[in-house]
Amino acid sequence: MAQTAEKPRSFQEIILRLQSYWAAKGCAIMQPYDMEVGAGTFHPATTLRSLGSKNWAAAYVQPSRRPTDGRYGENPNRLQHYYQYQVLIKPSPPDLQDLYLGSLEAIGIDMEMHDIRFVEDDWESPTLGAWGLGWEVWCDGMEVSQFTYFQQVGGHDCHPVSGELTYGLERLAMYVLGIDHVMDMPYNDPQAPIALKYGDVFRQTEEEYSRWNFDVANTDVLLKHFEEAEAECQAILSQDHEDPKTGKRIVMAHPAYDQCIKASHLFNLLDARGVISVTERQAYIGRVRALAKQCADAFVQTEAGGWTPELA
Amino acid sequence: MPDLLIELFSEEIPARMQARAAEDLKARVTDGLVEAGLTYAGAAAFHTPRRLALAVDGLLSDSPTLREERKGPRTDAPEKAIEGFLRGAGVTREDLQVRDDKKGEVYFAVIEKPGRPAADIVAEVLSSVIRNFPWPKSMRWGNSRLKWVRPLHSILCILSDESGATVVPMEVEGLSTTDTSEGHRFMAPGRFSVTNFEGYAAELKRRSVILDAQERADHIWQDATNQAFAAGLEVVEDKGLLSEVAGLVEWPVVLMGEIGADFLDLPPEVLQTSMKEHQKFFSVKNPKTGRIERFITVANRETRDDGATILAGNQKVLAARLSDAKFFWENDLRIAKAGMTAWTEQLTNVTFHNRLGSQAERIDRIAALARDLAPVMGADADLAEQAARLAKADLSSEMVYEFPELQGLMGRYYAEAAGLPDAVAAAAQDHYSPLGPTDAVPEAAVSRIVALADKIDTLTGFWAIDEKPTGSKDPFALRRAALGVIRILLDSQARLPLDQYFDLQLVRHNIKLNDDAGDTQLSALKALVDEIAEHGVFGAALRAIRDKVDGEAPLLARLETEVPDASTDLLSFFHDRLKVHLRDEGLRHDVIDACLARPGSDDIVLLVARAQALGAVLKTEDGENLVQGFKRANNILGQAEEKDGVAYEFGADPKFAEDPTETALFDALTDAKPRIDAALAAEDFATAMSAMAGLRGPIDAFFEAVQINADNDVVRRNRLNLLSTIRSTCLSVADLTRLEG
Repeated sequence: MAQTAEKPRSFQEIILRLQSYWAAKGCAIMQPYDMEVGAGTFHPATTLRSLGSKNWAAAYVQPSRRPTDGRYGENPNRLQHYYQYQVLIKPSPPDLQDLYLGSLEAIGIDMEMHDIRFVEDDWESPTLGAWGLGWEVWCDGMEVSQFTYFQQVGGHDCHPVSGELTYGLERLAMYVLGIDHVMDMPYNDPQAPIALKYGDVFRQTEEEYSRWNFDVANTDVLLKHFEEAEAECQAILSQDHEDPKTGKRIVMAHPAYDQCIKASHLFNLLDARGVISVTERQAYIGRVRALAKQCADAFVQTEAGGWTPELA
Repeated sequence: MPDLLIELFSEEIPARMQARAAEDLKARVTDGLVEAGLTYAGAAAFHTPRRLALAVDGLLSDSPTLREERKGPRTDAPEKAIEGFLRGAGVTREDLQVRDDKKGEVYFAVIEKPGRPAADIVAEVLSSVIRNFPWPKSMRWGNSRLKWVRPLHSILCILSDESGATVVPMEVEGLSTTDTSEGHRFMAPGRFSVTNFEGYAAELKRRSVILDAQERADHIWQDATNQAFAAGLEVVEDKGLLSEVAGLVEWPVVLMGEIGADFLDLPPEVLQTSMKEHQKFFSVKNPKTGRIERFITVANRETRDDGATILAGNQKVLAARLSDAKFFWENDLRIAKAGMTAWTEQLTNVTFHNRLGSQAERIDRIAALARDLAPVMGADADLAEQAARLAKADLSSEMVYEFPELQGLMGRYYAEAAGLPDAVAAAAQDHYSPLGPTDAVPEAAVSRIVALADKIDTLTGFWAIDEKPTGSKDPFALRRAALGVIRILLDSQARLPLDQYFDLQLVRHNIKLNDDAGDTQLSALKALVDEIAEHGVFGAALRAIRDKVDGEAPLLARLETEVPDASTDLLSFFHDRLKVHLRDEGLRHDVIDACLARPGSDDIVLLVARAQALGAVLKTEDGENLVQGFKRANNILGQAEEKDGVAYEFGADPKFAEDPTETALFDALTDAKPRIDAALAAEDFATAMSAMAGLRGPIDAFFEAVQINADNDVVRRNRLNLLSTIRSTCLSVADLTRLEG
């Protein structure tokens, strides 16, 4: 295991160290997906790339939105917009647990002094039609990551199996830096000429989005967008695989999946507005899952998804 | 005789699955070995978070040679038959022997299965056990096709004797057996060689792994109680948590920490639940005050600061958790003290069941039924209604949202904080009881009323929409609810005609289920509710109210049969539950059947009193023989009535009695009848039963001396009429025809 590094001093330093660590371990360092998602898993670099037979290794930060968790920037731990760090390696390497523990050392957690535990936690995403087995990882009683071996995504059995690591960055950083309220956490170096705290960067937006999410978002418009996204997703997938203009075989899994992501986020917004009843909830989740499944079906028909002309 | 040692080393196995998995490993491997002829002296299985281990002592070094003779077809049998026999026996024609049989020459196959070395058998058995292991949930990883609970990293499999150890060669999905294992993940990384079980266990301990889960649990418990005792405190016992925690660590290190002073005033159950559910901490209480003041956490390693950093981290996580709990508690108290209206209003938006409506609608129905039940159960109707209205208010509280298992208990705390009557607070907690066959029944009258109303409302609701339990499927725990009603009624000896309350609540459900039926019919249904509540009759009340409705009333017409049907069906569901309940108390189901046909079978207390009296009298010699006498009388009479086409119910006349036993029986019946009737009227079943059993002597003597089918037809008919009196007298007590044997 790596030599214990010096303690990081800021939120961004923790992110940068994770980036260098996973880059050194051979992951493609990707950038956040440019759409609103509820978790890093929704990034096509995870959802779609965990499907099919091709090998894959990627790591990235993903801004994630959970409208119902908004607390106007007042709660020490809860945010409607936060960052996840996501690692996906397919096939999962045999030393994935050790690689993961190395990443904790890289951000300044001394294995000799702390109690790290792998506690059973099975993962399921009803909206993605996905599940896996793994653990939540505890450091001195605190959950610092989710560790999952994907078994099924979009209704497809995963083979090879991907190993997925998800770090809740704010919570992990607060722990490493010894901060009690997220808004007090140094965002950049506290010695920098213009030192910024997490609150300087995000308190304003937390307030604004909390108000919009809970009380202002136009539910009729959101509902209309949801139905449009659903229709567009299906329309994209109903196209012929052969592009009439270029004559090439182009299966449009990704543009369709964008619409699925949109529908999923719109559902989250509607949920935060409190206009979805308990019984309707299941129905909406089922509609998004149906889209996710169709996108997964389409992705395994692409070359990136393992399709080859010989299979045709 | 070699010893076998197996270790399956993997990533962390969920704590709840470990013990069962170790047992499965032992059973499947030893069964497989024995089946292949390898017997052994003893076997023991072990589990830690990262390994399952099995030690088998005194294994045979080879399986014994087996010899089997199989008789085949005659030598002149068709070729096909002989070939078939060869295939089946797995031998060639040269191996066959020809022997003389009674019918001629017959082929015999002598099949000799030579013994096999233990290693071959172990390899075969273990490979199959690994591939077919019964994990409750298993997974694949990487490119592997193998399924295991989490990725499997190594398989140790050795046979050892005085001369040393040898690896049993075997491979599963690219994973080959070895003679090495691994110690603690952090405290002693790296692999080591193993030669036998004793060395394995000892080396693991040197490498900071306690192999035996019981030893880990004992160590945790002893260290925890010692540390608590030293501080003048005691650990709250929790066996489930202890075995879970023992499954989360290989090298337990017990640490006791402080709960911040800010949190000590939270209800102890909140502290305990929060610490257990989220953090897997034990609670440590002050025996003098009963307050929970500290916690025990169990780490998986030693550190050079003796766990100070680990404890500080845990304490911080706990503080964050408890701040949430405290925040919920304080917010909740504000709403409770303001009368809980914010909560009860919120329940209008919470669906109980998509057909049976919202929680608020459900509570309205329960409150109405609680009012109806109050006078019978000896409580004030207003108080009962108030208790029912507030009993589920805590479902909207933040604390119960966070910790659903605290429902009811929080209701009690909040009702007390709001200054509500004790009876209301107690009902909030106790109305869920009894939850199981041995769980305590609520004691206070108001709690019992709310508990009954809640359960009867649930049962009638699912009967109204025809979602009854089937086979093993009972998603709404309706069997438990019915048993709860039975136990509360028996415990309180409350006398209610269940039928009437079923009807009442079924009509209330139908008002909701048919809210599109139009005002006229709905207000008629509401009037029907009042009518049933007042007079307790359904059929007549419904017809009377239907007659007052102008025009068509299809809903009322439908309910005229639907409600009584559902009510009767529900009652027979109760009778089935009652049989199960009383069977556990030693009362036969046919004894209950014999009592069901008598009036008042919807009054559980009356029904059980009758059944118990009958059960008791059947255990006496008189009672047992009386039943035989009754059955004889009943059979003779039944045959005669069928043959003659008449019912002998005219009453016998003593003047036609020819035999003294006949007169004596006549007198006995004349004497017993009024005594039985009086006792039944007074619900004194023991007296009625013993008066009935007293007829045994005269009946037996009568059958002994007298031929029923006498030549004289007058005498014969008179005797049949006498038998008929026996039958009607006994049947007035219980339907003895239903008794078995």
